Amino acid sequence: MAKITYIAFDGTVYDIEAREGTTVMENAVRNSVPGIEAECGGACACATCHVYVDPDWVEATGEPQPMEEDMLDFAQDVQPNSRLSCQIRVTAALDGLIVRVPESQG
Amino acid sequence: MQAPSEGLNHAGLFMFTEVQRSIMSEIIETDVVIIGAGPVGLFAVFELGLLDIRCHLIDILDKPGGQCAELYPEKPIYDIPGFPIITGQGLTDNLLAQAKPFAPTFHLGEMVAGIERLEDNRFRVITDNDKAFIAKAIVIAAGGGSFQPKRPPVPGIDVYEGKSVHYSVRKMEAFRDHDILIVGGGDSALDWTLNLQPLAKSVTLMHRRDAFRAAPDSVNKMRALAEAGQLKLVFGQVTGLEGDDGHMTHAVIVDNDNQEHRLPATRMLPFFGLTMKLGPIAEWGLNLHENLIKVDTEKFETSEPGIFSIGDINWYPGKLKLILSGFHEAALMAQAASRVVNPDKKVLFQYTTSSTSLQKKLGVA
Repeated sequence: MAKITYIAFDGTVYDIEAREGTTVMENAVRNSVPGIEAECGGACACATCHVYVDPDWVEATGEPQPMEEDMLDFAQDVQPNSRLSCQIRVTAALDGLIVRVPESQG
Repeated sequence: MQAPSEGLNHAGLFMFTEVQRSIMSEIIETDVVIIGAGPVGLFAVFELGLLDIRCHLIDILDKPGGQCAELYPEKPIYDIPGFPIITGQGLTDNLLAQAKPFAPTFHLGEMVAGIERLEDNRFRVITDNDKAFIAKAIVIAAGGGSFQPKRPPVPGIDVYEGKSVHYSVRKMEAFRDHDILIVGGGDSALDWTLNLQPLAKSVTLMHRRDAFRAAPDSVNKMRALAEAGQLKLVFGQVTGLEGDDGHMTHAVIVDNDNQEHRLPATRMLPFFGLTMKLGPIAEWGLNLHENLIKVDTEKFETSEPGIFSIGDINWYPGKLKLILSGFHEAALMAQAASRVVNPDKKVLFQYTTSSTSLQKKLGVA
């Protein structure tokens, strides 16, 4: 298990124990973290699970793949630390990961 | 929904004014109107067709297939019975081929604006394009709702929408001699950049990065125009709009070096893809469960007799939002709809494998 901290737009903190192999999006949806919509269900096809990775964790989560970069074009207020949470897979190395949820997914 | 004789004031009921009725240019009479041309709507054409019921389908997208065609045309689906793997577009194409013998009519790029029951118990359906239908039954197969353009997170943008900010181009002339700001990196953004550039006062294309998803040929043409100084290419994001009474004069943009600029712009076209919104379905007076339409599991009928609902948009205890569940719902709905459409006709249960009569309908016997 790895602890993931989601910080909602209003500042509410959600600490979630996530199983390795699941995605950061799945854990948010399962625990009703507000602001993660995941319209397409995790197919990297909609950009409604957009999150900002805490600067300290950008290196550990890695760079988006080209398909994810393309989908990020549809996200709003994209920053250098923007990721689609359906494309971040939970590993032991991500224990303690912090992500912030944007105000709106569109 | 209530019959007109029961009054006009029923909460949530959409009723047409006489003016609206009079401007409806054509009225299409049919057995069934299906709202939504996604996989489940398409399979409903097949199941209804086997029972000799003809359908018209209305969808806000410009193509059939719903989410399968819009969100994941190239991506694999693994849980369609009989297909270990099939893409969203592959499934759509197969469903269209399967429905073809029943000659469905598609009304694409249109959204249903309202439904009312007529005195003879049929329904009148009107679209946002002022098209009107009279149908014996309605099938709502609207999935996650209607796809609508994504609105960029620019404060106060709503004031400019429809006047200076547009999400599609209906008439190019409305853009002539304007300073146009186009935002996005896909085919829509690039196509309109190239099409509007000759008639605009100026065109700025803004995208968040120096990489474009659009067809390489369009990208090359755009870059050539930029190099020739005939359009401005900017990498960054829009953070604010300036203007008066909905009429834009400038866009405030922040480029990728974090520099803020004021760019003269009197028209803006943001292309950030589509998102699903429930749309007017909540206003049709049907019983809902958390914004989904409640149905029974025998007929998949809503709280209004003659209006059925199948696929992701409906709810019943145990509902699973799977395409295969929608197919099952379509088959049972068709049996019930047949009793509404052709009340005097006995429905004979038959298999396509053995029934010559069904095979004739399919054009294979």
